[in-house]
Amino acid sequence: MPDNFYNDVLIDHNLHPQHLHELPCATCSHAGVNPSCGDEITLHLQLENGVVQSGSYTGVGCAISQASADIMLDLIIGRSKENALHLAELFRKMIAGEITEPELGELEEAGALQNISRMPARVKCAVLAWKTLELLLHENK
Amino acid sequence: MNKQDFPVFAANPGLVYLDSAATAQKPQSVMDAVQHYYAAENANPMRGLYGLSVKATDAYENAREAVRNFIHAGSRKEIIFTRNATESLNLVAYSWGMQNLCGSDEILIAVSEHHSNLVPWQIVSQRTGAKLRFLECDKSGSFSEESLKNALTMHTKIFAIAQISNVFGALNPIGTFAEICHNNGTLIVCDGTQSVPHIPVDVQAIQVDFLAFSGHKMYAPMGIGVLYGRRELLESMPPFLSGGEMIEYVQRESAVYAELPHKFEAGTVNVGGAVGLHAAIGFINGIGFDRIQQHENRLATLAFAQMRDIPGVQIIGSSDAAAHHGIITFTVDGVHPHDIAAIFDADGIAIRAGHHCAQPLHQFLGVPSTVRMSIGLYNDEQDIDRFISTLKTVRRRMGYAG
Repeated sequence: MPDNFYNDVLIDHNLHPQHLHELPCATCSHAGVNPSCGDEITLHLQLENGVVQSGSYTGVGCAISQASADIMLDLIIGRSKENALHLAELFRKMIAGEITEPELGELEEAGALQNISRMPARVKCAVLAWKTLELLLHENK
Repeated sequence: MNKQDFPVFAANPGLVYLDSAATAQKPQSVMDAVQHYYAAENANPMRGLYGLSVKATDAYENAREAVRNFIHAGSRKEIIFTRNATESLNLVAYSWGMQNLCGSDEILIAVSEHHSNLVPWQIVSQRTGAKLRFLECDKSGSFSEESLKNALTMHTKIFAIAQISNVFGALNPIGTFAEICHNNGTLIVCDGTQSVPHIPVDVQAIQVDFLAFSGHKMYAPMGIGVLYGRRELLESMPPFLSGGEMIEYVQRESAVYAELPHKFEAGTVNVGGAVGLHAAIGFINGIGFDRIQQHENRLATLAFAQMRDIPGVQIIGSSDAAAHHGIITFTVDGVHPHDIAAIFDADGIAIRAGHHCAQPLHQFLGVPSTVRMSIGLYNDEQDIDRFISTLKTVRRRMGYAG
């Protein structure tokens, strides 16, 4: 579809999310809200021995907030907490426009959100899932 | 009534501005009036014993008289200048509310109210113990006389409602509601923010006790607003803010407050803003409300007819375009309002997305947020055409087939 408003990766994750569901086996959850625009997601993780065994999110929000959550979960499931926090830090660097090429490679599909750094009003939408992840992992050390 | 009167369109070629319910663009005449005041008449009003200060005082008081005449108040003492409608409503809540309400009382609030006519009453409720109760509307946004009568009790001390909802655009029959309230011994505080720029408002005819509105939504500068209050109520109320300009004389432990309206205008006032508001009233009167309403209804009807044929577009509120007063709030199936607004922005069209400072209403309607387009005097058929053209592409550009 040539005239998609966002890139195909973002459009696809928004329309066909893999991780938008409840997670009965979750060991911890954390809600994240952007009060001014109404994006709200709850992140659910199954943490075992310091590793994200599985994860999901529930909630409603704009395409950017939803796709960002879905892409993030693709990336962090199977990784250690430290590794997940490292990726969150890289994501913030990318949105701040301060990321290097090799670091961008580490973010894999999340690199599709790089353009958001040029849409200041939408930065908080893109960061919501990652910010929630950081809070959740810091609470469950 | 064309874009050339509004310098913002020359500075932003191609801009389609459909967010006048958030703030209106300013005509050259308003900017000229403010510029003239600061260039030729600026001094601290009310206290200088010299010619320039008298000019500034006259400019300010002439603006007050223009506002009095515009809303048909009985006296200039009933016109208080504030920063905006929010400050006006806070003045009523803090000054009247804190003094007159106690634990057994009730505050009735229309569920469609903007946060500015809700949150101050929540605070009054928390401080005084008075209970908040809500009047609900139907899905088209209208409140019935019957439901108001049923909601009022012997304890209801005040009813808070907007004359025109900033989400539905629906006009509430304030005169009838005021009569029902007064028969119950209840005051009515009316938010006129969306009505005063669009329809003739006569505070004596509709018998409101308080009316609040903002200058910036009626083509005046930001930072100037108005509270109308019935004189005997204002006389009995304590000051809201205190300090300079609002006193008669001051001793170490006490002060005698100034007469109305100055009792409620502490500190150096916004003369430039008041002068701009005066010019904006002149601008509106020069066009006349008949033409204003005709213009807004014609464009709203044009947009409405085409929006109804676009698959996935749902209009909030009445199915009659003329009942919307130039405010059309809508959703697009499967697309979040912020994505809709971003797509419009990419096409150079400014519309509002979110909860429009009316979260309880959105909860009541069962939609987390909506998109709103609202019409001003500078809009024309081409603006509506561009709005419709973009709206038709929204679902496709978000990846939906067809």
